[in-house]
Amino acid sequence: MSESISFFNTPSPAHLKGMKAWLLTHDHKRLALMYMWAVLFWFSLGMIIGLLVRTELMTQGKTIVGADVYNAMFTLHGVIMIFLFIIPAIPAIFGNFFLPIQIGADDVFFPRLNLFSWYLYMFGGLLAVISLVTGQGFADTGWTFYVPFSVTTERNVSLTVSAAFILGMSSMLTGLNFVTTVHRMRDKAMGWMQIPLFTWSLYATAWVQILATPVISITLVLVVFERVFSIGLFDPDKGGDPILYQHLFWMYSHPAVYIMILPGMGVISEIIPVFSRKAIFGYKAIAGSSMAIAIAGSLVWAHHMYTSGMSDVSVFIFSLLTFLVAIPSAVKVFSWVSTMYKGSIEMNPALLLSLMFIYLFTVGGLTGLVLGAAGTDIHVHDTYFVVAHFHFVMFGGTGFAFFAALHYWWPKMFGIMYDFKKAYVGAVCACVGFLFHYVPMFILGLQGMPRRYYDYLPQYESGNFSAGLGGYLMVFGVFLMFYNLFMSFKKRTPASVNPWGGTTLEWSVPSPPPMENFVEPPHVKDYPYDFSEIVAESQKVKGKE
Amino acid sequence: MGAHEEHHILSYGKLAAVLAGLLALTLVTIGVSYVDLGFWNVPVALTIASTKVTLVLLFFMHLKYEGKAITWSFIATIFFLAIMITFTFWDVAFR
Amino acid sequence: MSTRVDSTGIKLGMWIFLYSEIILFGGLFVLYAIYFYDYAGYFAEGGKELSRFFGSLNTIVLLISSFTVAASITAIQQGKKKMSIGLLIFSICCGCIFLVNKYFEWGAKFHHDIYPNSERLVNGEPGINIFFGLYYVITGLHGLHVIIGMTLLSISLVLVIRDKITQERFAMLDNSGLYWHLVDLIWIFVFPLFYLVL
Repeated sequence: MSESISFFNTPSPAHLKGMKAWLLTHDHKRLALMYMWAVLFWFSLGMIIGLLVRTELMTQGKTIVGADVYNAMFTLHGVIMIFLFIIPAIPAIFGNFFLPIQIGADDVFFPRLNLFSWYLYMFGGLLAVISLVTGQGFADTGWTFYVPFSVTTERNVSLTVSAAFILGMSSMLTGLNFVTTVHRMRDKAMGWMQIPLFTWSLYATAWVQILATPVISITLVLVVFERVFSIGLFDPDKGGDPILYQHLFWMYSHPAVYIMILPGMGVISEIIPVFSRKAIFGYKAIAGSSMAIAIAGSLVWAHHMYTSGMSDVSVFIFSLLTFLVAIPSAVKVFSWVSTMYKGSIEMNPALLLSLMFIYLFTVGGLTGLVLGAAGTDIHVHDTYFVVAHFHFVMFGGTGFAFFAALHYWWPKMFGIMYDFKKAYVGAVCACVGFLFHYVPMFILGLQGMPRRYYDYLPQYESGNFSAGLGGYLMVFGVFLMFYNLFMSFKKRTPASVNPWGGTTLEWSVPSPPPMENFVEPPHVKDYPYDFSEIVAESQKVKGKE
Repeated sequence: MGAHEEHHILSYGKLAAVLAGLLALTLVTIGVSYVDLGFWNVPVALTIASTKVTLVLLFFMHLKYEGKAITWSFIATIFFLAIMITFTFWDVAFR
Repeated sequence: MSTRVDSTGIKLGMWIFLYSEIILFGGLFVLYAIYFYDYAGYFAEGGKELSRFFGSLNTIVLLISSFTVAASITAIQQGKKKMSIGLLIFSICCGCIFLVNKYFEWGAKFHHDIYPNSERLVNGEPGINIFFGLYYVITGLHGLHVIIGMTLLSISLVLVIRDKITQERFAMLDNSGLYWHLVDLIWIFVFPLFYLVL
């Protein structure tokens, strides 16, 4: 297969050269890499801002910044991490790169729309930067933009929500592209039950992106209208109902949580069987639970609003429904663990990160039930308990799945191998730092420390201080992983076609893949996780030794 | 995954019949709005509107002749919209 | 790259886009439903201030234009280019008539001091303010969609004239048509909800 020319050396469309070959490309792989650099930039920035916020909170009173800057900083951290990192990260990078390859296609269905989505993403990011430096400065509302504050604050909310609006559109169009691609471009031999689980999770995610994102679009448009025209749709003085804003906001933003976590679960479902050398346990259950999460996740939005003053009936119903979502999530966790049971496990940075994912996600999921139950939620609502919970799910879950995906697919994307030792050290630092960072927040929350506050009572100081220390260790670990990956460009240790022994189609094409992905027509297996050939191969090698 | 690209061509006559139906329903809904039916005002108006929308969808938008993927995803969208509205009422109606 | 033209796939993509538009307006209809429940009486009162004549006229104009767009697709499928061009021009004119009507309607309301944050609405009943607030947001956003739809139809028209849209390849016209019908669909609900509320 060495005769194939990698996509790095084949511009698409063919007549483009130099930078233009990237900036005007229709190739899903180039676009994926362009997303990757942008996402990594925003992620690093968001992480540094988060670390500054934690540094500020390490001691009582003013530590490094004033209260005004602090408010803008946590808002910026939230907006960047939600709209610029976690929503696009896995679908736009790994989805764009591997979804077409996993289903035996040469590109996504709408390649030009794909390019357009990338520009929307970049434009949204640019608007966020502009809103930072113009007018009265970045929004200080928190990423939720709750009325009435978001309508009355002097800060630059209109521009900030426009950025979110455009980023939402980019995410929606990516979803549109994926659904159409899965429906229309699958290899003829691939039925629905032969689709790899990563693609399944992206398919489920895509529907949520399509159906939920417009709700936030219209909500954000209404915030701008309120600011410009003072219509009063959410203003009680003029007959409006501010709680309806929260309904509309969470109608998107709760399903959005599943936009964030589902692709991460898909990554884990790919990695676990490969390094266990064993067919995944419960393929259909995992594929089905992706769809079940997408559907059930759309029914539970008001569990963010137990203390908002909405009716007790809806508190009761939404609390009940919230527990439903736990079922498909648990199905996945049990399936992953069962896959490893009696497998021949081979340790690898990607697998280690996946195991961290399972642990951290489980803690995050179970504390979610504490919050989903209305009784306990009222005690810990809007405290650090909530902050710790969603960081366990979003960062411990999706974030670690993102790192795992980077380590799993890096050799395929660039054709080079990274150093394992540094990857392990980085992963362990990140995980240990993570626990020191967020576990104290659970305790702080139960003790009653409210979130988003600039200052706190003396009894919370030790918890905040240790959270800050953990944060530094975690950020060090993450940057070590990134540094290690980037160093692989220098050493350029070549990676083989199938370094891990994977069975899905991306491991049958050269690393990095050629222009239209496949050198010879793809051979679709009856069952995507059939390791019999891989195991037989490795036994043959062992026999020779 | 059928590669056959067969397009259903609707005749002008059929389209015109649909238009006639739509205009007639418009007149009915305007007419009914002058009669006070009490509680039934809103259900009647919405039923007529839904009928009109269905006609547009099935014939003008060819939904009747599309494959399963479009039909079912359309139903799912409407279902989600219905959830958005009804679930919000669990709050508002019981406050 | 294979020169595939998968018109079914293109149509699926367009439908998915339409779903997002439906949900976009859906968010506003959620607000309408809740506020109608809260302020039914005021909504009826507000509805009486709107001109049924203009509302009905616009409904009829949009329905007819929807028909002509559908017919222009039939024409292109049968290879009747001139017929298709004529029908498209007629449809775009209908869109213009709709917007002109809307302009006069909004103008009359402004004249009566009914617009967002006007003194009459701010000092009047909250229910009336909400009714007209929604009226402006929904019809305004709908009007924007009419403009987008007309733009798409105009692009299709140019492509038909230049023989880029033909009997074999008319996905662009098909999709513009779908968008135009969606604009119609939303209006079919807006009309009774605002002009005919009792």
